[in-house]
Amino acid sequence: MSTVLERVTKVIVDRLGVDESEVKLEASFREDLGADSLDVVELVMELEDEFDMEISDEDAEQISTVGSAVKYIESKQG
Amino acid sequence: MGKLDGKSAIVTGASRGIGRDIALYLAKEGAMVAVNYSGSKDRADAVVEEIKVTGGKAFAIQANVDQSDDVQNLISSTIEQYGSVDILVNNAGITRDNLLMRMKEQEWDDVLNTNLKGVFLCTKAVTRQMMKQRAGRIINITSIVGVSGNAGQANYVAAKAGVIGLTKSSAKELASRNITVNSVAPGFITTDMTDALPEDIKSQMLSQIPLAKFGNPLDVAKAVAFLASEDANYITGQTIHVNGGMYM
Repeated sequence: MSTVLERVTKVIVDRLGVDESEVKLEASFREDLGADSLDVVELVMELEDEFDMEISDEDAEQISTVGSAVKYIESKQG
Repeated sequence: MGKLDGKSAIVTGASRGIGRDIALYLAKEGAMVAVNYSGSKDRADAVVEEIKVTGGKAFAIQANVDQSDDVQNLISSTIEQYGSVDILVNNAGITRDNLLMRMKEQEWDDVLNTNLKGVFLCTKAVTRQMMKQRAGRIINITSIVGVSGNAGQANYVAAKAGVIGLTKSSAKELASRNITVNSVAPGFITTDMTDALPEDIKSQMLSQIPLAKFGNPLDVAKAVAFLASEDANYITGQTIHVNGGMYM
């Protein structure tokens, strides 16, 4: 069973075409990983599918770094 | 072979008027059609029946386009039925005509909610699916009066002009995902509604149309099918006027 971070990393690597080594917790999708605003929306959609959860528009706006995505998902999985 | 073989389409407000003809024509070109209606279940069922007897695929589905839960259900039911949503035609619309001085807030709100917010909600909801598909066609039905203005229809005109702005903005946002968004602006099209107009009004209207005849719902449906087809691959953010030259 992969950890949340491993699964999030895979989604990011597939979606943004970046190298796994670039996907650090503090990395910002837009500033460090080259995503535009629409890429971030798509990324959130794919995280919803990967983790079978719904992320509201308000919550999605708070997800801007790898770490914030992992933290959000872990808090929802309880 | 049709232009739209194997494509799935949603047509809002498809139980009557122009929407009905759009649904029938898209089906004739090979599309599988979700026939959306708000109140007229019997008429929507009749449209579905008409598509099925000619060997097409369709189903009727109730949804008020200004209610986001209804809209969500409309999109997910279509995906369940056909596996994708390739084409969305935002056609549903109402009128509550009145002079500006007499217009009630409710009349303003009702028209803006159905005719403009409805387009926003349907577009937003379908975009998720179309982004995943990396393909999609959104066609919004606006109106000649959305660009020309019209006395007695401030609410309707504001909504239809809004639809043109919404079309352009969503076209820009979604272009990188291979989703095109265009509008079709009908002029004077004969429907049950226009048939009821007095003769003198009709002849006065005719005098303003260079092609000297009223349009037919099929004229509008054909423009929609064109925008939905491969032929329109490189067209986005545009408004096609179908009005016999009434406004240029």
